[in-house]
Amino acid sequence: MSDAIPLDLDFATGDRARSVTTERRPVRIALILIAVAFLTLFLLLPLFAVFLEAVRAGFGSYWSAISEPDAIAAMKLTLMVAAIAVPANLIFGLAASWAIAKFEFPGKSVLNTLIDLPFSVSPVISGLVYVLLFGLQGYFGPYLQSHGIQIIFAVPGIVLATIFVTFPFVARELVPLMQEQGTQDEEAALSLGASGLKTFFLVTLPNVKWALLYGVILCNARAMGEFGAVSVVSGHIRGKTNTMPLQVEILYNEYNFAAAFAVASLLALLALVTLVIKVALEWRFTDQIAASRRH
Amino acid sequence: MTRFRSTLAAGAALALTAFAASVALADTTLLNVSYDPTRELYRAVNEAFIKDWKSKTGESVVIEQSHGGSGKQARAVVDGLQADVVTLALQGDIDQISKAGLIGADWQKRLGNNAAPYTSTIVFLVRKGNPKGIKDWDDLIKEGVEVITPNPKTSGGARWNYLAAWAFADGKFDHDEANTKNFIQKLFANVPVLDTGARGATTTFAQRGIGDVLLAWENEAFLALDELGADKFEIVVPSLSIKAEPPVAVVDKVVDAKGTRKAAEAYVNFLYTPEAQKLIAHHYYRPSDPKSADPKDLARFVDVKLVTIDDPLFGGWAAAQAKHFAEGGVFDQLYKPKTN
Repeated sequence: MSDAIPLDLDFATGDRARSVTTERRPVRIALILIAVAFLTLFLLLPLFAVFLEAVRAGFGSYWSAISEPDAIAAMKLTLMVAAIAVPANLIFGLAASWAIAKFEFPGKSVLNTLIDLPFSVSPVISGLVYVLLFGLQGYFGPYLQSHGIQIIFAVPGIVLATIFVTFPFVARELVPLMQEQGTQDEEAALSLGASGLKTFFLVTLPNVKWALLYGVILCNARAMGEFGAVSVVSGHIRGKTNTMPLQVEILYNEYNFAAAFAVASLLALLALVTLVIKVALEWRFTDQIAASRRH
Repeated sequence: MTRFRSTLAAGAALALTAFAASVALADTTLLNVSYDPTRELYRAVNEAFIKDWKSKTGESVVIEQSHGGSGKQARAVVDGLQADVVTLALQGDIDQISKAGLIGADWQKRLGNNAAPYTSTIVFLVRKGNPKGIKDWDDLIKEGVEVITPNPKTSGGARWNYLAAWAFADGKFDHDEANTKNFIQKLFANVPVLDTGARGATTTFAQRGIGDVLLAWENEAFLALDELGADKFEIVVPSLSIKAEPPVAVVDKVVDAKGTRKAAEAYVNFLYTPEAQKLIAHHYYRPSDPKSADPKDLARFVDVKLVTIDDPLFGGWAAAQAKHFAEGGVFDQLYKPKTN
């Protein structure tokens, strides 16, 4: 450390006009252009193409494509699945990261690793696991069947598969932040006589609310967009168990390209809306976010 | 907090009402699990059946559809997809469901024509003007001709493609199996890419512009002309093809559990009525009862010599499956994936 200071001073006095970056101007411009070109080519252009293809056959056919009963059923199902999976993972993620960051208990590292499991296995396998468990040839299938309970090839299976693949999103956002924040605030609250629950709602939760929001947004985006796992457990019953991503594939395979892109554009729009909400909230509450990060 | 509670209560009440309403509205619901290209056909047939059932019994019936690759769909039914009726591409796929104990072993004898209310065949789809001059199976093994077909290991349609080519070669070489194998080997050497399903192969050929000729279901070829432009492609009918019999069956275990046997049986029987046969011909499937079809629709089908799977050459599905498509079977011996 003592070596670094004179070096820094030497650098600063030696060339005052130079900024913190040492690359020359043409290099910097080239780097920026490459980044912009990359973003345009791989992010903006495909997104633009989706919307262009969607409206190419005219707004009339766009409207009829997205107001078709099967498309509406797919939208309702997608929103419903997200509405169940996201709160479930919000509660689980919060509880798990609270336990991991604030407490010491045996098996903590196992829990921490288990949370990442859905990230490391392919979504197709996530789906097949539920077929293996609840399918007619699976462990619980015959029992469920004889009691008239349908899990896979029905809405419960789709919800389960979605919860599984979106499991880590909230916890992964919260655990590092909570660990970094430590337990001093909670200890202070407890020593001043606050109850455990009160400490949680008045101290812990406010400290992590922005990370929590970010995790929920990511979780929601994935819950609405999940294809692989849901495709395995869906059964593809039209107007009943097709989510929007599945509906897009079906329409595409039926030569119905305009309708496929219309539904795809709607799905993209849902994702964009969540991003816009996030940006708007960040903009509105800049000070609070900065304050919560200082901890 | 009280506002939150009352919102929650209202939400729960709403959900309960919706549930009650859905129960009250529940008519007989049938689920027809079918393969990929039948969507347009069953949309029309379902509409006709719903009317017919209402006029005969006064009951309303709702028919739900699920479409996908035939093998995948059969697997889903085996795994518990609650299909009242299966209408698949291959007898072998329904046999799988039967083996799992969901359908009685005699299913193929319960309905006319081996339980196939319609048949189809394999034809060639070529680019407009037929630039490579493709007329028959011989032309597919010529140098410089690219043939598009899905993978016989995964696609029902592709198995029919393969068997039709085999039947042609068998006739050409006077039952000499060595020459026939050689012919098939040359044909698949001309295939640049094997898609997993029939729809994928059609997209490869039509949308991505790969290949000179697509081996396709007759109904797929006609549909491609309708959907993607009759100005871009034309259909070539070879001198000999195969009679594909996509069968239908009622799933016994499911209809008995749901109490829908009467409607499900009426549904599959409806497929054999003149009204349904007319729709079948209109949607480019060959009707089992051509007398009921519109002559204009029938005129679109070219008369072609057809061999069947029960021909001594193949000896039925089980034998053909074991000889040609099983692991290490004839197809595996003949097809070498391109490594370049």
